[in-house]
Amino acid sequence: MGIQQIIFLLVIAITFKVAYKAYAAIYRNINLGKDRVIEGSEGARWKNVFLIAFGQKKMFKRWIPAVLHGFIYVAFLFTQIELIEIIIDGLFGTHRFFLPYLGGLYTVIINSIEILTVLALIGTIAFLSRRNLLKVPRLVMPEMNGWPKLDGNLILIGELVLITGIVCMNGADVMLQKLDPTHFHDTGYLALSSTWAPVVLGGWGQEALQVLERFGWWLHLFAVLGFILYLPLSKHLHIFLAFFNVYFTPIKSRGEMVNMPDIMGEVQSMMGITPEGEVPEMTDELPDFGANDVTNLPWTNILGAFSCTECGRCTSVCPANQTGKKLSPRKIMMDIRDRATEIGEKIDSGQTKYIAADKAGETVLTADNFDDGKSLFDYISQEEINACTTCNACVEACPIMINPLEPILELRRYEILTNSAGPADWMPMFNAVENSGSVWTIPDARDAWTADVED
Amino acid sequence: MSEMAAENMKPEILFWVGCAGSYDARAQRVTKALSTILQNVGIDFAILGTEESCTGDPARRAGNEFIFQMTANQNVQTMNMYEVKKIVTACPHCFNTIKNEYPALGGNYDVVHHTQLISTLMEEGRLSIEGGAYKGKKITYHDSCYLGRVNGEYEAPRKAIEALDGDLTELKRSRANGLCCGAGGAQMFKEDEPGDKRINMERAEEVLASGADIVAANCPFCITMISDGITAKEKQDDVMVFDISELIVNANGW
Repeated sequence: MGIQQIIFLLVIAITFKVAYKAYAAIYRNINLGKDRVIEGSEGARWKNVFLIAFGQKKMFKRWIPAVLHGFIYVAFLFTQIELIEIIIDGLFGTHRFFLPYLGGLYTVIINSIEILTVLALIGTIAFLSRRNLLKVPRLVMPEMNGWPKLDGNLILIGELVLITGIVCMNGADVMLQKLDPTHFHDTGYLALSSTWAPVVLGGWGQEALQVLERFGWWLHLFAVLGFILYLPLSKHLHIFLAFFNVYFTPIKSRGEMVNMPDIMGEVQSMMGITPEGEVPEMTDELPDFGANDVTNLPWTNILGAFSCTECGRCTSVCPANQTGKKLSPRKIMMDIRDRATEIGEKIDSGQTKYIAADKAGETVLTADNFDDGKSLFDYISQEEINACTTCNACVEACPIMINPLEPILELRRYEILTNSAGPADWMPMFNAVENSGSVWTIPDARDAWTADVED
Repeated sequence: MSEMAAENMKPEILFWVGCAGSYDARAQRVTKALSTILQNVGIDFAILGTEESCTGDPARRAGNEFIFQMTANQNVQTMNMYEVKKIVTACPHCFNTIKNEYPALGGNYDVVHHTQLISTLMEEGRLSIEGGAYKGKKITYHDSCYLGRVNGEYEAPRKAIEALDGDLTELKRSRANGLCCGAGGAQMFKEDEPGDKRINMERAEEVLASGADIVAANCPFCITMISDGITAKEKQDDVMVFDISELIVNANGW
């Protein structure tokens, strides 16, 4: 076993150990949420996965970013073939393992990767420009200050590193194929490497080329492993979670708010119309209604939050945000993610000071006895949630079917039902509906308008 | 409805009037326009009258599930008692709630928005537009969120407008990208949160930029919001806001 193989094995093993912990934490954080019935058949949800996640259907509402994103996305998918080869080569000390098996097809595949690499480079440079030079409004809003801005740029720089690795590796290889054909088998004409390498690397000796080839190979590998470790800290996690989020997005009318069976049962029994055989259970404990923290949001909302890549399409179409209100649907999702991460980290710390006062007897901190005295309302203000018109523009806009409206409405429910707070202006409307069956308290009969239309 | 039930008669359709349609002076004109259309087409309809109650949409979206469940369950009881099958309403919020939220409470009805009914009646040849009252007029259409984006109905109202023979001009943000008037989610019943401008002003500016003479709408709250915005811009004499049913009644001289 060569020294390179040993280093390769070690690097892979360490990466996967660290990564496992980080991804397990994300999984746990998503599961901090409540159970949720996922409406819609599996078939219909798979269809969405193919059309909306794989097919990027909703991206094409905006053509320019859709095409640029498409370059990077397709390049990412195709490069996986090369990555599999890199792993096989790294483990077994082979070089371009697939080449003898695939022959001419191999040339086609590597050529596709090379062309896509150039397109991905164009996409990456365009995206860096949109963030830093053009300052596209949705990418430079206040919630993007600090880490989110750096995160967005780091990912794009990481892509540049990856592209550099591929270009060095293939370019040097093409040159070595002429100098040392027994080790470096003929890959056929490569659109990118066969063009640039003879011009730039023409005078290089065999040794220098071998160093460049190895540099490119390891750089590619380290860039990929770096991504794997970095993703759990980053909005870029969408490259995996987008597929899950689309699959787990319930298929139901946008117009139907999640029903609250407890309250429905209570009201129906009050009215004496409880459906037969469905006597609601009475409990002494007054439950919390709605959500004030990620732990009482459905887990699908937290999955959505971790899937969010902070593109801001939701916020850029939000009527409240467009008219200068504080509400930003993207920020709502970012806050849910950040709060879930905070709770996860605190649970991991194991500190017993986070055990809820009413469960002080318990000695091990878990998600069930956790209470740090904070809530999602430390992240999201009432002013934000109260500005929502429930117009569904954010829901329509999200390319990967995240629904920011659902958590906003759950927070409102908590505000009204559990905290008995909320805008004072709403009180007369609530009272009018309760007492007179109309949104306004008006003394006239509801059918008074018929007086001058009777037939 | 109760009068018809007493005589053992079953109307073809229940006209769900809604709070705005019952009490708001502007929306009452829409209610009357739709009644006129139904009468002229010869559709046998009834209203619940004093037995109708708010659907609960604003209470639910404000977060008050108790109030929603109280009023909604009561409505379901009433309608099930009369064995209501088919409902038409001129309010997209009532339409959405009855169609999408009442089934979970045991209320299953065939619900149409009045623009859908009008479009169907035109297709069936039961309703036609006489005269060219709107010939040469620039008409724009404002998609309400709850008919458009929420329930996916973009075509029926446009078909009805096209039949008016005017010049249909789309707003910059229309169909799935339509901009909310600012009233939904119980915003109608509260002051705006602090910001740069009111949402209805943003929409009114877009309407004025379209150069339209008439705004066709399908929702009583949109009508209020857009009219207020246009009035605030002092353009109320140049741009009129009407419900589609009113345009049809006017075109036919009913």
